[in-house]
Amino acid sequence: MRIEADTETCVGSGRCVLTEPAVFDQDDDGIVVLLTDRPAGRAAARARQAASLCPSRALRLMEP
Amino acid sequence: MTPTDTTQPPDQPFPLARSCPFTEPEPYTRLREQQPVSKVRLRGGEQAWWVSGYAEARAVLADRRFSSDRRKDGYPNPNGDPRFRERFRTQPPPMVSLDGTEHAAVRRSVLGEFTLKRLSALRPRIQQIVDRFIDEMLACDSRPVDLVQALSLPVPSLVICELLGVPYEDHDCFQSRTAAMTRRTVPPAERLRAFDELQACLAALLTRKESEPGDDLLSRQIAQQREQGAVDHARLLSTATGLLVAGHETTANMITLGVLALLEHPGQRALLTEDPGSTPAAVEELLRFFSIGDTVIARVATEDVRVGGVTIKANEGVIVSVLSANRDPAAFDDPAELNPTRAARHHISFGYGPHQCLGQNLARLELRIVFDTLFRRIPGLRLAVPVDEIPFKTDATVYGAHELPVTW
Repeated sequence: MRIEADTETCVGSGRCVLTEPAVFDQDDDGIVVLLTDRPAGRAAARARQAASLCPSRALRLMEP
Repeated sequence: MTPTDTTQPPDQPFPLARSCPFTEPEPYTRLREQQPVSKVRLRGGEQAWWVSGYAEARAVLADRRFSSDRRKDGYPNPNGDPRFRERFRTQPPPMVSLDGTEHAAVRRSVLGEFTLKRLSALRPRIQQIVDRFIDEMLACDSRPVDLVQALSLPVPSLVICELLGVPYEDHDCFQSRTAAMTRRTVPPAERLRAFDELQACLAALLTRKESEPGDDLLSRQIAQQREQGAVDHARLLSTATGLLVAGHETTANMITLGVLALLEHPGQRALLTEDPGSTPAAVEELLRFFSIGDTVIARVATEDVRVGGVTIKANEGVIVSVLSANRDPAAFDDPAELNPTRAARHHISFGYGPHQCLGQNLARLELRIVFDTLFRRIPGLRLAVPVDEIPFKTDATVYGAHELPVTW
């Protein structure tokens, strides 16, 4: 699975970081930063949850 | 003919008062089952679309064809107070009322203050604040103690004051005004005056911060605006007021209701005290269960939009019922049950879409610290009156309790 994060639409809710801090972080302005764009195993499952929680739909998942 | 043409709005004006703090009004359930997007009549007499299904609520809130601009014709006024509506037309729009790129620019200017890293640096200070007010409770000779005045209001009030950079000697001015704005016994005209006085306090503070900056949010905002050209006073005042008001009463009400629920459910309280690791999930469930900002989220369609099997026409108003969406069995199993171990994180108590609450993670942090600390330090805490004698905010914009008498 590959993830893309759209930093233009991100509204900095931090929901992704709370859901999977091994994949997502925030820069000093609160905008999403990907720590990896290819999470595996449990991290991949949590990244999926993060995408479904994202209020601005800024996370895109590409399978496989 | 679409179903909208045949459906008569219910007789009662919406939103309905909550008769029980733990259940949704019965007509909410019925409307959600029959038609998750339906027309209702508001208290002021106008009609609006009532979005009660979870999927439909998220669809509306993520859709940029719905505007948050409360000055637009058709924007619903769910609580029917024309004085406040007049304010919205005469003052510069607050962040919550902006759309699109204009909204994004203002939100991004303060977003850096609410990153998870910044908030975790605040944790020790919030813990101190919570401990200080609990110390005062424990030192109090007379019982019962009103938890609202002793803990629920002062904790978020002090936290947001310190974050903004309100100096200690000015806390009284802010706390008395914000308290007056939310107290039922204060007549509406006086509440409006308290709001004006609060804005005057904030305006004076902003002027002072311009010449004597400190290590605080308002000083950083001023510096940021200087770098970009000039200091926009009206915008700063609006942001400061918004943060102060939004971060204050909402968190206070969740503290009060959360403590009430946990006192009423000793088994669930035991879960928290035995394993503080379970507190974050419990906080999410309490946020879902009470959905205190049931009808604070409104929109107006800027073009015809098809959602939930109906067409919402351009210039028609929409109210997203947070309580109803959070009680949708399609999104939460046994939604009427308070179950602190459930996965409730997808609730929309902080809204959804680009306006989702800016301070949500600050609220989470405060709630976790309060619940963990209160029940650890006062294990014998209990209600001093039966639940049905507690004065709930049955018809306020934000649900809560005016008082919560407790003893131990």
